[in-house]
Amino acid sequence: MTSNEQTPESSSPLVDIRNLHKSFGDNHVLRGIDFSVAPGEVVCVIGPSGSGKSTLLRCINMLEEPQVGDVVVRGEDLTDPDCDIDAARRHIGMVFQQFNLFPHQTALSNCTLAQRTVLGRPAAEATRVARMNLERVGLADKEDALPAQLSGGQQQRVAIARALSMAPLLMLFDEPTSALDPELVGEVLTVMRGLADEGMTMIVVTHEMAFAREVADRVVFMDGGVIVEEGTPAEVIGDPQEERTQEFLRRVLDPTNAGAL
Amino acid sequence: MSPRKRRQRIRVLQYGVLVAAIVAAAAIADWGQIVDVFFNVDAARQTVADGLGSALLHTVTYSLGGFVLAFIFGTILGLMRLSEVGPYRWIARAYVEFFRGLPTLIVFIALSLMPLAFPGMSIPFDPYGTVWLALGIVGAAYVAETVRAGVQAVPRGQVEAARSLGMSSAAATRKVVLPQAFRIMIPPLTNELIILVKDSSLVFAIGLALSDFELTTFGKSEANALANVTPLVVAGLAYLVITLPLSILVQRMEASTAKGR
Repeated sequence: MTSNEQTPESSSPLVDIRNLHKSFGDNHVLRGIDFSVAPGEVVCVIGPSGSGKSTLLRCINMLEEPQVGDVVVRGEDLTDPDCDIDAARRHIGMVFQQFNLFPHQTALSNCTLAQRTVLGRPAAEATRVARMNLERVGLADKEDALPAQLSGGQQQRVAIARALSMAPLLMLFDEPTSALDPELVGEVLTVMRGLADEGMTMIVVTHEMAFAREVADRVVFMDGGVIVEEGTPAEVIGDPQEERTQEFLRRVLDPTNAGAL
Repeated sequence: MSPRKRRQRIRVLQYGVLVAAIVAAAAIADWGQIVDVFFNVDAARQTVADGLGSALLHTVTYSLGGFVLAFIFGTILGLMRLSEVGPYRWIARAYVEFFRGLPTLIVFIALSLMPLAFPGMSIPFDPYGTVWLALGIVGAAYVAETVRAGVQAVPRGQVEAARSLGMSSAAATRKVVLPQAFRIMIPPLTNELIILVKDSSLVFAIGLALSDFELTTFGKSEANALANVTPLVVAGLAYLVITLPLSILVQRMEASTAKGR
């Protein structure tokens, strides 16, 4: 395992995961993950399907509860039974592969609902914040549209705006472009790149190698429920040391393997 | 014989049987007698004058009240069916199986005999309370299954999105799952209402005061008084005035949801 010296020199990590194990029945998906993310860092997690990368991401906001290990976010251990997970999740935005917008609500309402119910913000302020974030993802003119009236790329951008409306400290992206038609991938990646530039802390599970190479501060390669290799994009994607990483990258970067990029 | 020819001959035979049946019915039946007994204009006038409107109103009152109770009990039971607490699931399951398997008539009679079992106890708003309760108890079993199916039809990602925004489980259910589930449930719930409208006729078994007659009781009493079936035909048509628009509504809604997908 390569260590990496380029992590931003912040005092304490925003996310600190120690010895994480997660099983679904007999399927041991995560087999001892140690992983931390500094504030402002953009980490891309890559790896073959079934490697556990989405499960790792979903453990960070406890959508999956690990059997063993600690998930410490902002110094608070989310696996602690006394932890108020609803409160902790306010600071952790999540964007899903299938968007998961609320289909019965307009783009604007999607962005105001949690502000109102969770943060108790008054309607006017929630609307103001929601509009600001819809503008941030380039959809100011779509606030009255229902999800079904939007393209996949637009839906995913609304989903990003919805998460941002809670003013999270950390954004989790679970294969955010995998369900999109190829021509719609770019608009979502552009929004994500913008967020990274603004200094948002991001953990991105992705198959978009070009995006990882360009935007990530650090790339983590997972296989078989463990972190096989991590480092800068230049190290992991440009010059992988582990055979499994080389093998994976050979497959996804192969120009005859259409759709991998 | 070729399959096409055979199909043609079968079709000719089918129409032949139909025509023969109609001709036989016309020849055998005494039409004057039938019209006089079933479609007697004077008897119909008399039926309307004797209080068809009030009977129709009572049918609506009995079935709507029963539906409201069925909806409330059924929603609670349906959510119990989905509970993580085993005993809640078992109780709801037992209730549903019990009352779905029981003739509604038995519930009516049992409720009307309650004062025998509990002297001094009486169901309020007699006879409305008894009818509402009987229809509510039985209808709840069906509504519970509709609610369960409706909630299960809402994709899991909806709850995950709501929870990832920091909503509590209760808030996610109330604000995200139930609004979508109820939309899915409207057609089957309307069907349930139609069934309750018809089942409200079972009240005739528990005996009503003249002033509380609903359509069936009223039609039967008029038919006896006039020694003619026409009042029952009129009462039957009055049911159709309620149920046909409802079932057309269901068809429309099902068509429009099918289009929306």
